[in-house]
Formats: sequence, structure tokens, C-alpha cells
Amino acid sequence: MMRRLYWTLSALLSHWRRHPLQLFSVLAGLWLATSLWAGVQALNSQARDSYARASQLLGGAERYSLVARDGGRIAQQHFIELRRAGWPVSPLLQGRLRLQGQREQRLQLIGIEPLTLPAGSALAGQTRERRDLAAFLGRPGRSWIAADTLAELGLPAGAQPLSASGQRLPPLAVWPQLAPGVLLVDIGVAQRLLDARGQLSRLLLPAAFARAAPPLPAELATQLVLQRGDQGANLAQLTDSFHLNLSALGLLAFVVGLFIVHAAIGLALEQRRVLLRNLRSCGVSLRGLLVALVVELGVLALLGAVAGLLSGYAVAAWLLPDVAASLRSLYGAEVAGRLSLAPQWWLGGLLVCLFGALCAGAGSLLRAARLPLLALAQPEAWQQAQARWLRRQGWLAALLGGVALLALWFGDSLAAGFVLLAALLLGAALALPVGLSRVLEAWLPHCRTPLAQWFVADSRQQLPSLALALMALLLALAANIGVGSMTAGFRQTFSGWLDQRLAAELYLNPVDTSQATAIEAWLTKQPQVRALLPSWRVELQLQGWPAQLNGIRTQAYYRAHWPLLSASAGAWERLARQQGLMLSEQLARRLDLHLGERLRLPTPSGTWELEVLGIYADYGNPRGHLLVDAAGLQRHWPGLAPRSFSLRLPAAEVPALIQALQARFALDDSRVIDQAALKAWSNRVFERTFAATAALNSLTLGVAAVALLISLLTLGQTRLSQLAPLWALGVDRRRLAWLSLGQTLLLAVLTLLLALPLGLLLAWCLVAVINVQAFGWRLPLQVFPGQLLQLLGLALLATLLAAAWPLWQLGRSTPAALLRSFADER
Amino acid sequence: MDRVRSCNGRRPMAYGGERHSASAFLALLAGLLLLAACEAETPPAVGFAGLGGSAAGFARVAPGRALGFPADHGAHPDYRIEWWYLTANLEDAQGRAWGVQWTLFRNALQPGSHETDWRNQNLWMGHAALTGADGHRYAETFARGGIGQAGVMAEPLQAWIDDWQLASHGPANGGLGELELNARGAGFGYRLRLTSARPPVLHGRKGFSQKSAQGQASYYYSQPFFQAEGSLLLDGQRHAVTGQAWLDHEWSSQPLAPDQQGWDWFSLHLQTGEKLMLFQLRQAGGAHYRAGTWIAADGQAQSLSEADIEMVPVHFSRVAGRRLPTAWRLRIPAKAFSIDTTPLQEQAWMATRFPYWEGPIRFSGSHQGVGYLEMTGY
Repeated sequence: MMRRLYWTLSALLSHWRRHPLQLFSVLAGLWLATSLWAGVQALNSQARDSYARASQLLGGAERYSLVARDGGRIAQQHFIELRRAGWPVSPLLQGRLRLQGQREQRLQLIGIEPLTLPAGSALAGQTRERRDLAAFLGRPGRSWIAADTLAELGLPAGAQPLSASGQRLPPLAVWPQLAPGVLLVDIGVAQRLLDARGQLSRLLLPAAFARAAPPLPAELATQLVLQRGDQGANLAQLTDSFHLNLSALGLLAFVVGLFIVHAAIGLALEQRRVLLRNLRSCGVSLRGLLVALVVELGVLALLGAVAGLLSGYAVAAWLLPDVAASLRSLYGAEVAGRLSLAPQWWLGGLLVCLFGALCAGAGSLLRAARLPLLALAQPEAWQQAQARWLRRQGWLAALLGGVALLALWFGDSLAAGFVLLAALLLGAALALPVGLSRVLEAWLPHCRTPLAQWFVADSRQQLPSLALALMALLLALAANIGVGSMTAGFRQTFSGWLDQRLAAELYLNPVDTSQATAIEAWLTKQPQVRALLPSWRVELQLQGWPAQLNGIRTQAYYRAHWPLLSASAGAWERLARQQGLMLSEQLARRLDLHLGERLRLPTPSGTWELEVLGIYADYGNPRGHLLVDAAGLQRHWPGLAPRSFSLRLPAAEVPALIQALQARFALDDSRVIDQAALKAWSNRVFERTFAATAALNSLTLGVAAVALLISLLTLGQTRLSQLAPLWALGVDRRRLAWLSLGQTLLLAVLTLLLALPLGLLLAWCLVAVINVQAFGWRLPLQVFPGQLLQLLGLALLATLLAAAWPLWQLGRSTPAALLRSFADER
Repeated sequence: MDRVRSCNGRRPMAYGGERHSASAFLALLAGLLLLAACEAETPPAVGFAGLGGSAAGFARVAPGRALGFPADHGAHPDYRIEWWYLTANLEDAQGRAWGVQWTLFRNALQPGSHETDWRNQNLWMGHAALTGADGHRYAETFARGGIGQAGVMAEPLQAWIDDWQLASHGPANGGLGELELNARGAGFGYRLRLTSARPPVLHGRKGFSQKSAQGQASYYYSQPFFQAEGSLLLDGQRHAVTGQAWLDHEWSSQPLAPDQQGWDWFSLHLQTGEKLMLFQLRQAGGAHYRAGTWIAADGQAQSLSEADIEMVPVHFSRVAGRRLPTAWRLRIPAKAFSIDTTPLQEQAWMATRFPYWEGPIRFSGSHQGVGYLEMTGY
């Protein structure tokens, strides 16, 4: 039995030895499919692991803490007062820290008090060596840091770097499971490093105690408020759409790759019909043959998968810095900048690739199982089968079109949006051969000369074998057009919006309440400051969604510089009279609120119900945003101090004022930002956000080009027998080559022309459906002809490159080879 | 006497965190306390980062240091470890017996740390327990020194951790004339007023209390003459109580010898008004180090040495998976003293980071009375 299998396999595998190009195309297809898919999965799992680490660090989903009502820091004395009142609180101080000599990397410094830390945090979950505590609390203490963060800093364990303000850190020590970008130190060290002596960010509470919700001591109730929540879980929620988009791109690449595999395996089976018949005639049972074919497919899939996983890792490592930067600037999420993947990733990737290969090869295996033992192997039989399949494809395409319409009509979620996209793309791809066939069919009667008739008819004959590659080309180009239009449109809308919105010359974030008061007093005495616009801010949760409530004072300024998407009559005046609020587009969508409807805000002094007066764009902000009048905000949140100031002053005075402010109030760069820097930063965030998308996008175009190349190469081997009669009739080889190129270009150009409307349709789906569902904002659909031409040119170039090598071979084929094709069985 | 935790290497198996949920760090604190006790086991040079090198910097307990009050009621940060330990035998209106324990431990990572911020190197730990015939409740809490969450002030005496405190109400009797004591945990709490008119009792040689033949020792004094009255809270039920209480204050830098595994310690209130403190440190070889103090009703103290004391376990109980001698026969032939003790509650187990047995007892024989028994290292 084993021997028979061995011989059957050797006979089957000998085919690949004679057709290395087919072997290459199967492996390349598997490799491409796996590598992009695995790369995207690697990025996503890396990010999710980072969120989980951040979430677990201080108590996971059930994290309770007391925070200052005014949003600032808490006096340490309150911690002592609460402990002495029997509250099991634990102090925490958090802040950003930059190390000397580290330009980009900003670390999150977390100061904890280990003795009082509530159970259930990752810190509590760790079984640490007992000497760690003495080292941590003792002198010089420890700065715990994740191994990946340490490596990113390029420092050895035990190093004692200086903070940007010249304070020496305790020796760095590795804590493997710590969240990326986090430095964990003792609370006392954190107060020293952040220059916040006697100040705390929050007081952690054990969940069991907080759930019983005891009332705060009266003198503290006005200053502190209980907050439930967990940054990590929020991050996972906020970044969900981002990762879903990445996944969708990865899936697209996976499907395109499997198209290639499907094509190559189908072709290989077709060419081995004779061999299969011979094997059966020699006594190999049908089962034995199928087992051998499955083993063959499995081995190929395994090779492709391993190669794909390795390059997927490389792709992920290459994209990771951009993705991490996007996540940091968009969501404030820290993702470890060094790729470290669990064994599950490798195993999962392998299984997905094997499964995909099996799916791609299933059709061929089925056909092999139904192979009539004694029927003559005829290439035409395959073509006829392909024609039947073409009709079925047409029906399937129509069905998918129906699904797309249904998803558009009834869908109201991101998942439905992706169903719409998938049905649209797949349907269009399946409809492509049918459409091209119809076009060529319609064209044929208009051809006068025999050669022209042959040209068109033979192009149609080539369709089945090139169909898959053309589909890949269609999908890739459409995706590029769609994503490109969306990105460019977004960029234009975004920068216009930014110009309008960032009208003040200087922005200030005071450290705390007392500094805010001092700065305000000082600034009002500066003659060059034409306007001083303080803004009050409260963080709250609206239906479980994090949102920021901003109180504003000077309506005239906002009326001029705060573009509204839609507004009720007299919106700004009514806002000033505290009759209503305005909110960001994405929050309005999430809460399903429209103009004139009412929203209830939870405040420390009961709920505050306000009418929606206006809706504005707030691109790039994953959190909700609301505007109310400052006086009303202060009435409901007593004791609130301004959290930021916007300043209008002559642009020439800005540098001098920054210097004066920094000298007087010890504000670092992150707290004084001028307009130009803020705009540059916002634009950088924007570019980074789409960097990964753009890179993946161009990769899909590359995949399509490779698919076309492979199809043309495999086709070229069988084309000889069809071109030989023409050659025999007197068409020379050079002309034949040019004609073939013309055929390929004809099909490609037709495909590209079809890709244009499909791409625009895709762009519309992205801005009007996917963006709305994923981010909550709707963008106007903008068409950029220049960009379209550029993409078309690129696709044409890819086609030409893919066609060049096979045609060069054709042009060089010897008369003997052409003659021999008459003698061949096929 | 020594409440330093045992050296027999038994790790706490289960943690019944009562009031303050604690992190794994707390095991480390316990580790430190253990280490403090086992310090002689660890060669100072090798020892352990925070402690080994600095061990030499701690003050050594030597005979001849005169204790002065109220100054010595306060903390002694030059010494490595220190505790204030209060036990009370109480009775409610129905005549039911109760026991109350209140303990504050200080452990220093570095000698002489007086900073009043997070740099302070003293770690504090509090234990509280309420024991009745029907059950035993306890709680544990931890704090850093220097920031005000826990500490001890001498004049007037005020010892606190979180909302638990032992606070003097005035300068009478060196600060020990009238004290208020309170603590609470999950489902229990107590508040007692303690009064005494006698001066503190110094153990050993004028407060120098030797703990082994090799010279381990501590400074140790007690106030065994407290009258207590107040109320207990158990599962929402309030019980008014009265009774007697005993305060210990002890500090040292190396109180145990390496081969000492644990101890059995008694504080007894005799009906005659006399008081008795007895302890034995169990050594690996079986030869135990024993000592004690006989305190006359007028407060006159007389040290007892090994030869004076007989201590024999007479009954063993299964407690927390261990076998503990919960009943004892104690004899001091020179005083014609021979009693048998029985616990109020056999399961008076403190499943804290360092588990031990601590509970009220009563005794009969040549003398009658009540008292407290502490057993560690089982």
C-alpha cells in the first residue's frame, strides 16, 4: 500500500519537475495569501496583547478608583484621610516621562504603593521573588519595565537613565508581563520624577469594597468622585474598528492569493489528465489516487504556509512601527514596538493556510474523483467545462449583487458593511469573465479580416485561463482606487477642517488648578494677547462610551472657527443661554441623536438634560466630544478649573510669549503648543494612520501583478499549440508575439476600465458605509482624476511587466518547437 | 515577648484576607519579617539586597540601657523590628467570655529612617482579632511609614494604622493612665477604654529580655494592669464588655537564634491580682529556652529563669491542618503555682501572611484566672 502510494506520488510529482513555473505559482499563491494574512494577524494580536497587558496591570475590567472632581490631581493628604477613615484605598500617580537622550520615546510612568495595592491587579497576580519588594521599596529602588520596552530604549537592565528634567531613575529591572511603554516605580519615586510631591492621580479601590458604594466622608465628597473603568478595555473598544480594517485588508489579500492557488492547481490537474488516466489504468485505485493528490496538496500547502508565515512575520515587523505610532497618537494606546508572537500565532497561521489550500484545491480534487477512466483527454473538454462554469459564475455574481443590495438596505453595523464590500467585490470579480466574454462576443461580428476575427475569438478562448488573474487585477485595482479616493478625500476634508478649527495661535495646558489660575491672571495682563479663551473639561461615559465634555465661554470666537455640519436656528446664542449642547458627529451617531433631541448628562449634582443644537465634525477623535456653556458646566461640576487655554495674538509675538510662559511657569513643551506645531502633529498622525493601509494596498496590487504573470506564464506553455497553425499559415513569430501582447493588453485594459467604476463604488461604500460604521464620520465622496490616472498607469505597467517575459519567450520559440506542437498529443 | 515570625520555613498556604485585600507584595513584607527573624541564618555579606548589608547599621540590644517613659512608648527606628501588642480578656453582660487582640508591627528596611515622606524605610503591619466561644475573626493591614498612614508617637502615646488606633487620653501615669483602643475588620470591630494606675513592668534585667543562650535579646516592657470596658461589634450585634487588658511593647534588631523554630507565650491575669508572663523558645535540638516574669499585685516584678519553669502540653487540636498544643500544664514550684489552661476557642488561628495561633485562655489549679496564649512556628 505504502509502496503504491510512493510510486503514485512520484509519478504525480514528476509533473512539477517538468513544470517548475506551475510549482512556483502554487507556492507563490500560498505564500502571498499566508504572508499578508499572517502579517495582519500578527499586528492585531500584538496590539491586543498590549491592551490586555495594560488592562490587567491595575485591576482589569473591574477597576474602581477615586479621582478628583476637577480632573486634576489629588492631594496626598486625602489618601491619608481616607485610610484613617477605614477606606482601603491605594495611591497611584501617573504621568508622561521623557528620558534624556530619547527623542521620540515617551514613557508612561506609573507610581504605585505595593503594600496597599488592591488584589486582582496583574501586580498582585504575579508571584514575585520576595527580594523584589525590598528592592522596590528600598534604596535606590527599582524601575520595572517590560523587556520589549527596555530593548526599544536601547538600555541594559540595571541602567539608571536621567529624566528630561535631570532626575535620576532607579535602576531599570525587567518585568516580563508589564504593559509596553510603562515604567513602574514606587509612588515616592514617581512623585520625585514627575515633580509632583504630595500629589496623586487617583486612589485605587478593591472592587468588592467599591461595589458596596459606601458614601465618601462629607469633606471629601465635594472633591473626589468614584470612577469605574478600565483603560485597557476602553482601548480594545476604541481600537476595534482600526483592527477590523486591517483584518479586512488581510482577508482581501488572502482571497486574492487563494485565487492564484486555485488557478494553478486546476491547470496542473488539467495537464495531468493523461497521467491520471494512465495511473488508473495501471491499477491505482481511485482512493489511492485521491490520497496521493491530497498528500501532494498538503505538502505544497505546508511549504507555502511556512514561507508565508516567515515573510508575514517580516511584513508585520516592517509595518509595526507605523501601526504602533498610529495607535499611540490616535488612541493613546501603547503597543510594544518589538514583535513577539505566541506559538498559537504560528500554529493558527499554518492551519488557516492548510485550510485555504484545501478549499482552493477542492474543486480540482472533485474533478479528479469524477474523471472518466476511458475518456480521451481533450483540452476542449476542459474549455467546455469552463464555459459551463462561466454561466454558473454569472448566476453567482448576480446572487452576490443581490446580497450586496440587501446589506446596503438593511445593514446597520460594521459587519454588514464588510458583507456589502465582500459581496460587491466578489460579485464583480465573478461577473468579470462573463462581462468580458460578452464584450468580445459583441465585438466579433464587427471584425473584417480573418486575423482580426482570430484576434478577438482567440482572446475570448484565453479568457477562462486568464480569468482568475484578471479578477485579481480587478480586485486589486478597485481596492486601490477605493482606498486611495477615500484617503485623499479624507486628507482634503481633514486639512480644511483643521485650518478652520485651529485658529488660535497658542494652546496651553496648565499642570494643575493653581497654575491655571496663576496663568490666567498673568495672561490677562499681557498686552499682546488679544483674546484668552479658557476651556473647562470633564471626562464622562455616555452609554458606556468615553466622552469629553468641554465648557466654552466666548461664543463669537467659536461661531467663526467651529464649523458645524448641521445646526438649529440660533444655535450659538442658545448654547450661551445654556439651553443646549453641541456634539461631535461620531458621538451623535453612536447615541443615535439628531438635532432637537435631548441628551441627559450624568453630573455630580444629578442629571443635566440639554437639547442637541449642533453637530460638528471631530475627525480622528475616537472618543466622544461635547460642547456646553462654561457657566452651566461649572454649576454642575462645582470647583472645576480651566484645563486649557487658547490664545489669540499676533503670530510674530508667539515665540517670545512661549519663552516667557516657560520661564515663568516651568511649562514643558507638551504643555505649550503653538498652532503650527499642533497642525504638523495632527497631519503627522493622519499620515501615519494611513501609512499601514497604503502599504498593504500597494502589496495587493503586487499580488495581482504576480497572479497575472503566473497565469500568462502557464498559458504561454499551452498557447504554442494554438499559435502554431497561425505560424504555419504564414504569420511570423515577431508578429505573433505582438498580437499576443495586444490580446493581453486588450483583456487587461477592459478589466481596468471595469475596475474604475467598481473602485469608485468601493470608495463610496468606504466613506458612506464603512467609515460611518467604523469611526462615526461621513465624508463627502471626492474623485481625483489625477490619482485615478496614476493608478491606471501603474496597473497597466504591472500588466506589461507581467506580460513581457512570457511574450519574449514566445517570440524566441524555435520553429522546431512550433512544429513539435502538431505532433504532441495535446 | 517576641512576636517575630517563626523560622521553620512553613509558608502560609491559604490567605484569608479579611479586611484588606492584599497583593502578592504582602507576602514579601511577611518575607521581610521572616527574614528579620532569620537574619542570623543569612550571612550578612551575602544576605539580601536591602537587608544584608545594612544589618550592621541597626542598633544592637545591650543590657544597661535605661528605659524612660513616656519617651520609650514611641517608635525606635534605629532598631530593625518593633511591636505594640495588646490583648484583652473580656466578659459581656450575659457572662460570656471574649478575647480581643490588637497589634502593630514595625519593620525597618534601613536603620534610622526618620523621613516624613515616601522615602521613609519603615513598613508597618497591623493585626486585629476578636475571639468568642463561637468563633474567631481577624484582619490584617499594611502601611508605609513616614506619610501618616501608620505610626507611633510617644507623647502622648498614639499608635495607629489606618482607622485602627491605640491612643492615650492624657499624660496621667506616663501616658498609660487612660487609653482608647479600636479596630475593625470584615463583620467585626471593637472599641475599648483602658485605664491603669501602675507604672509599666520591665521584663528581664530592667527591660533587657534575653531570648537565647547565644545572646539574642530585646527590650521588653508591659502594662499588664489595664482595666478595660467598651463594646464589641460582631455581625451587626453590639456587646458591652468589661475585663482586663495587657499591653506589650518590644523592640530588637536580632531577637531570635538561628535554631529557634517558634515559641509558646503566655500572659496570665491571676484572680489574686498577680500577673504572670511565661515563654519558651523551641529550639531544633529540643532544649527550649524559657523565661518569664512574676508580677506581684503591687507591680513588683521578679524574673523567672529556665530552672523555675515547667511547661507541658496536655492536649492537642487540629487547627488549619496542623497539630497544635491548645491546652497546657504550667508549673512554677517556687511559687507553688500549678495550673491547667484551656482555650476559649480552639480555632483561634490567625491565617495572616504569617499564620500563628493567638487566643484567650482560662486556667484553674492552684490559681484561677484568664489570659492569652500565642503559639508560632507550628
